Amino acid sequence: MDAVLTSIFEPGFFTSEPVRVAVVVGGAVSLVSAVVGVFTVIRGQSFAGHSLGDLGTTGGAGAFLVGANPLWGFVTFAIIGAGAMELFGARRPRGRDMATGIVLGAGLGIAALFLYLGTTQSNTTGATITILFGSMFVIRASMIPVFALLSVLALAVVALLYRPLLLSAVSQDIASARGVPVRVVGALHLLAMAVAVSLSCVTIGAILSTAVLIGPAAAALRLTKRPGLAIAWAAVIGLAVTWLGILLAYDSYYWPPAGRGWPVSFFVVALILVVYLLADLANGQKARRAGPRAIASDKGPGVVAGRAWPSLPPEPGAE
Amino acid sequence: MFSGFMVNAWIVATMVAVVAGIIGFFTVLRGSAFVAHAVPQAGFAGAAGASLIGVSTLAGLGTFAAISALSIGFLGKRGRHDAVTALTLVFMLGLGALFLSWSEEYASAIYALLFGEVLGVSSNQVLATAALGVVCIAAVVILYRPLLLTSVVPEMAEARGVRTHRMELCFLVVVALVTTMSVPVVGALLMFSLMVGAPGAARSFTDKPLSALSLSVGISVAIVWTAIAASYETDWPVGFFVGVLGAVFFIAGRGWVAWRRSAAGRVDSTGHLATGPMQLATATGMNGEPT
Repeated sequence: MDAVLTSIFEPGFFTSEPVRVAVVVGGAVSLVSAVVGVFTVIRGQSFAGHSLGDLGTTGGAGAFLVGANPLWGFVTFAIIGAGAMELFGARRPRGRDMATGIVLGAGLGIAALFLYLGTTQSNTTGATITILFGSMFVIRASMIPVFALLSVLALAVVALLYRPLLLSAVSQDIASARGVPVRVVGALHLLAMAVAVSLSCVTIGAILSTAVLIGPAAAALRLTKRPGLAIAWAAVIGLAVTWLGILLAYDSYYWPPAGRGWPVSFFVVALILVVYLLADLANGQKARRAGPRAIASDKGPGVVAGRAWPSLPPEPGAE
Repeated sequence: MFSGFMVNAWIVATMVAVVAGIIGFFTVLRGSAFVAHAVPQAGFAGAAGASLIGVSTLAGLGTFAAISALSIGFLGKRGRHDAVTALTLVFMLGLGALFLSWSEEYASAIYALLFGEVLGVSSNQVLATAALGVVCIAAVVILYRPLLLTSVVPEMAEARGVRTHRMELCFLVVVALVTTMSVPVVGALLMFSLMVGAPGAARSFTDKPLSALSLSVGISVAIVWTAIAASYETDWPVGFFVGVLGAVFFIAGRGWVAWRRSAAGRVDSTGHLATGPMQLATATGMNGEPT
């Protein structure tokens, strides 16, 4: 038994300080992202979620340039980006898609400039990589209170807006008719997303930020159509893949070819993809068992009719 | 500015701009900006992997771009399109991070693949870019009608017997081709700015598909030329000017729409001109809302 445990948890896993910080911060960040991500996926704003991460990265590069704390660079730029998207974004999905693209394009251009100025002025090319890819094992313990505060803020916003968010995701018209300030709700959701994404970006990097925001939520929504249950599933999946990813990355220190450890981000995204494909498979099985009518209704409203709110909207892009 | 090594830069950048203007038009029309962002970045991961095992970066780029385009197409058939795109993108980037952790030297190569090195293009690259560009444009010319129809009114296309999902796959493959063509010379990020900025602006000025398409190409070329000239003068990266100019053109387009609307004295809730000739696109909502 001990031998099995030792081969799973390589020696020192539980006593290493960086690992402990990574487990706590990485777990907390992916939990927040997974919960916020459920709304992001339901509202079809994955692109915005990913873009906010890239925009935050621009802010991180800017903060690096002026020597400020990167966290504030990430948060500031993500919030500015969210505001610009909201300003340009039409209410229709394709208009929003384009507005997001324009903001992202401009943000990436500015990132190119910041990184260029950063490398020409300080001659540290490694900064580019750290900013773009991030690393969970370089989190400083002193930053934890700030992280906790921002996490609570993001969660509080989505908790307060739970019903109006879902309602306006189903139908903006019904929501406005019932007196929901659709634009304000949308903007606040973008704000919560910006905070969650910049937190995860600065701790675990831009790649993982998108991964833990969209992956667990998308998998959870393949498993269930009920929003409350989906949030629970997403939280569990998010935590599981992050912790397992950290464990594998720690173990991989002894793996070929380089003998210096595989990146955490690779393990986490690979695990998320596997979970999503399994959830997709389970969803297909369930639909097949339930017969053709269920498959038809799987695409559209009416799945959880009779509950407190209408069912989730039909999946954009699905035929 | 026009001497020696700069000639190749001007030629390649112009070709890329033309193709980006054309493909980008359909990208914006289909609401696929995320795909246009994801496929080049995925291709970047492939290029990193290829350089690791010593294969041509173009091959790695093309393979990864094609794999990601197809998996977006197949997974997106059942799941949420944008979520699936995000998943594919992060998985490919994760692979890229893995490859980079294995290789020894990477910092400057990465920077070039992401942000491009249009000022260091060789004659061989000019030829490869031209060949791939011709293939892309030919594909769009052949698919023009069904592609436009499925982009604007998928329901009508379906009724006329066009297979929308097959069209989507064709489009994704073309995006993968464009990626392979453009990323080695202009970088993943710059290509994306071009494919969204120019067509997004063009659509504000006209609702007719063909004029919007030509305007998109025109704006795209204008952006690239200005960006290269400005980059040559200031030494700042080309990508910065392309990204910012794209946004400037887009805002100008929005301003034009607002001005026309107030001049016409009528409020059009769609945010687009309702005064133009009733083209197919206007009647069915080229701005993505079926009436």
